[in-house]
Amino acid sequence: MQYRSFTRKLLALGAGAALAIGALSAGAQDEPFKVGFVYVGPVGDHGWTYRHDVGRQAIEEALGDAVESTFVESVPEGADAERVIRKLASEGHGLIFTTSFGFMNPTVKVAREFPDVKFEHATGYKQSDNVSTYSARFYEGRAVIGTMAGMMTEKNVIGYIASFPIPEVVRGINAFTIAMRKVNPEAEVKVVWVNSWYDPGKEADAARALIDQGADIITQHTDSPAPLQVAEERGVVGFGQASDMSAFAPKAQLTSIIDDWDAYYVERARAAIDGSWESQDVWKGIDSGMVAFAGYNDSVPADVQAAAELVKEGIVGGTMHPFQGPILNQAGEQVVGENEVIDDEVLLGMNFYVEGVQGELPK
Amino acid sequence: MIRLERRAAPSRIMGWMAPLLALLATLIAGVLMFALLGVPVLEALQAFFIDPLSSHYGLAELGVKAAPLIMIGVALSIGFRAQVWNIGAEGQLIVGAIAGGSVALLFHEVDAWFVLPLMALGGILGGMAWAAVPALLRTRFNANEILTSLMLTYVAALLLSYLVSGPLRDPDGFNFPESRLFHDAALLPRWLSGTRLHVGFLIALAIAVAGWVLLTRTLLGFALQVNGAAPRAGAQTGFNQHRLIWFALMLGGGVAGLAGLFEVAGPIGQLLPSISPGYGFTAIIVAFLGRLHPIGVVFAALIMALSYLGGESAQISLNLPLAVTGVFQGLLLFFLLAADVLIGFRVVIGRTSLEPQ
Amino acid sequence: MSDTVLLTLLTVITAATPLVYAAIGELVVERSGVLNLGVEGMMLVGAVSGFATSYGTGSVALGIIAGCLAGAAMALIFAFLTLTLQSSQVATGLALTIFGIGMSALAGQSLVGVALGALPKLPIPYLSDIPFLGRLLFTHDALVYGSIGLVAIVSWFLARTRGGLLLRAVGDSPDAAHALGYPVVLVRYVATLFGGGCAGLAGAYLSMAYTPMWVENMSAGRGWIALALVVFAVWQPGRLLLGAYLFGAISILQLHGQALGLAVPSQLMSMLPYLVTIFVLVLISRDTGRIRRNAPASIGKPFHPTT
Repeated sequence: MQYRSFTRKLLALGAGAALAIGALSAGAQDEPFKVGFVYVGPVGDHGWTYRHDVGRQAIEEALGDAVESTFVESVPEGADAERVIRKLASEGHGLIFTTSFGFMNPTVKVAREFPDVKFEHATGYKQSDNVSTYSARFYEGRAVIGTMAGMMTEKNVIGYIASFPIPEVVRGINAFTIAMRKVNPEAEVKVVWVNSWYDPGKEADAARALIDQGADIITQHTDSPAPLQVAEERGVVGFGQASDMSAFAPKAQLTSIIDDWDAYYVERARAAIDGSWESQDVWKGIDSGMVAFAGYNDSVPADVQAAAELVKEGIVGGTMHPFQGPILNQAGEQVVGENEVIDDEVLLGMNFYVEGVQGELPK
Repeated sequence: MIRLERRAAPSRIMGWMAPLLALLATLIAGVLMFALLGVPVLEALQAFFIDPLSSHYGLAELGVKAAPLIMIGVALSIGFRAQVWNIGAEGQLIVGAIAGGSVALLFHEVDAWFVLPLMALGGILGGMAWAAVPALLRTRFNANEILTSLMLTYVAALLLSYLVSGPLRDPDGFNFPESRLFHDAALLPRWLSGTRLHVGFLIALAIAVAGWVLLTRTLLGFALQVNGAAPRAGAQTGFNQHRLIWFALMLGGGVAGLAGLFEVAGPIGQLLPSISPGYGFTAIIVAFLGRLHPIGVVFAALIMALSYLGGESAQISLNLPLAVTGVFQGLLLFFLLAADVLIGFRVVIGRTSLEPQ
Repeated sequence: MSDTVLLTLLTVITAATPLVYAAIGELVVERSGVLNLGVEGMMLVGAVSGFATSYGTGSVALGIIAGCLAGAAMALIFAFLTLTLQSSQVATGLALTIFGIGMSALAGQSLVGVALGALPKLPIPYLSDIPFLGRLLFTHDALVYGSIGLVAIVSWFLARTRGGLLLRAVGDSPDAAHALGYPVVLVRYVATLFGGGCAGLAGAYLSMAYTPMWVENMSAGRGWIALALVVFAVWQPGRLLLGAYLFGAISILQLHGQALGLAVPSQLMSMLPYLVTIFVLVLISRDTGRIRRNAPASIGKPFHPTT
């Protein structure tokens, strides 16, 4: 008799304990999933970092109480990066985005020590089980605006304000030039390097130098709206970069390439939470929405708008590729044959100019 | 009225109390600032001061961040005593990293014990070479070293950018502007396993001790202390002014170059376009905070490093913008510098003690 | 062709203007014997204040005044610490820079992405119609004219007025000036505040005229260049103008060089302004007598009144 009731009590205790544990772990699952972001610049740059932060806010909006996000801005790319990434990893963040190429090796190092944390590295090329890389085919956007520039320029000189001579920037210049020359074989691109991702004063000076040397359209691979402001002042037109800059240049901005990470970030956060996250190498273009565009300025003629839309459709549909041959390099030699397409690996490390770009690349 | 009155002799008690008073004042100011910004005050203070020190790893990171500051701070403090204003330590750090890093890349297939010492030598020589330019221009042409060393800092940064984008680029790196990762023989050995604290920290402490010995126990050190206080008297000690200038700049350059090499062979492990978040400039603050004394420099470096780590911590745990860190750091420095006045002066309220009662 | 030259020179003038303002202010400060390394911080605070005020009130004039006052307020902190509390000038100046960068970033958070019209240009009637020179010299905004005027005023003040003489005396031999009954500390306070106002003005020019926007750290090191220019100028206003325009010119010309397609790597081109400045400094420094005559003897040293 006593024995039975004892067993019953034990069972009851056990059941109670199981329920308690179940309740506790369910409660633990109610704790928000932490997502961390490491930025190379300030959120207030209104460019590259700003757009990533918009993506972070998109995660918060889409997933509400299920997530909690943290960000650290202006993290220098040297020894500090590793410490910041490690701190995020060791403080309960399950998914960490590192948004600059220079964070590649620190990310990989930390990832090795925290196999349960998932890392997303932007614009890099090293992956592992818990490190995924992602980037956007901004050069597709460049092909679109290159087409527009080729059609709209009257002086046949386009000014390109560039930051650093790295493959991503070179890709952009080349894609722009190829598309531009398709519709206007006479046009040329002049490049000025400001050796900074963002320094409004210098970018403005570079824009002025290019305009003074005859450019009637400018475009940029730097982060501030300063070049477009100069364009507006000088009565010249141009294209914005990373975000919509028309507030700064209502007449001058023809359109802008916008970095739109929202959908990708929300998707990856969801995957990390529900366990379906896997390491991948993502390089998506206009079709995914990562490369978006601001609206056309009223001053853009209808035929130019139509041509731009055709290019977009062609790229999305696969009938057109910004790096489809025949492509000649600066020396006039053919480097890509008719109907051949440069493959991703070469694109990743692109370090030569195509015909139509003035200047030399540092070797 | 409230007046400052010179003490007969610098107060030793205040030498210790002043930094503590400053810390207290910073805490109070911090509390006010956080309250104004609507930030939870206790958590903020904890994030800034306690968090970085609360783990084994955190303490090691303090050492990683403080090591270059200690080294360069000590070297600069000696130079500043000689009235040689080396503002270009950042550039010397960069060139030292380039030189030492190039040795690592040159020997990237060699797995021998001499690679690291050779790299260190490269770092020292690189930094010295870069400091030799302001030294030469000052002694030969009387060109002010503040300007020359500062301008050369920008040149050094551009040089690094050029080299990693071209000649020193990793051939397997898809043409990205980074060098190869240094191989094992070219990496600084860790001191504390499980952390990033490398032997560079120990060497930095050794440099501080060496600096202290130099300053207090050698004739040259005496001359430097005298020269700093009264250059004309210093000229009487028999030390050639030109030699002092060269010595101060070579010391600063060599140590900064070594610090640069330690950064790229230690926590970073390769050459990048940007290898220092301004250590060469922060070291100037550290040198003065430490009252140009090697031991003081060690403490000042640790405090500065703590403020940087605290800022990161505050960003992570409280989503505080980085700007708040800068303001907080500035306040800390202001209070530390202001508190030093209590060492040489006492605050007198009312009549001075000399007036008859 | 002459149009390109004209446009280039116009850009040079605008590029040099913030340097002129910041440097002339620091020159006055250093002539009084004080070394304020916080120029970068003061510029940024001036920039954000000018922009915010101009945006908030719609008045450009108020914006300019706000920029000046903000810079002067920062300088006041520095002056109190170094002149009254006798703290180390070098360290305090550097601390001011750190503080100013952080303060301006904090204050400017809500201003990012805000667009503002640039300072209006004020062409001087008749003079601006002169071919080439008219456009080059007489079609600028108020702040550019102001910078030249300020340099002229400071030059005249230092060389030809009692006040200027007093300032120089305080810088060269503060003990003697004090013994003669002159208010050394007060003079230094005024000079330091003036320097802060000028730095703030330089910052306001950046955020209101040069690139009308606010972004963190937008001065991008110009404060340090200004400090170097004061040394370059051997503490003489005329030389300072030369230095600022030289630096500005080389900076712009290297961009033009790139745009022309010169086959020199851009990083090496970007080094030119710094290298040329060093070179020219070496050339003019060989006259050691002039340097000894002009460097304020007491610069950087705290002044201890003996009473």
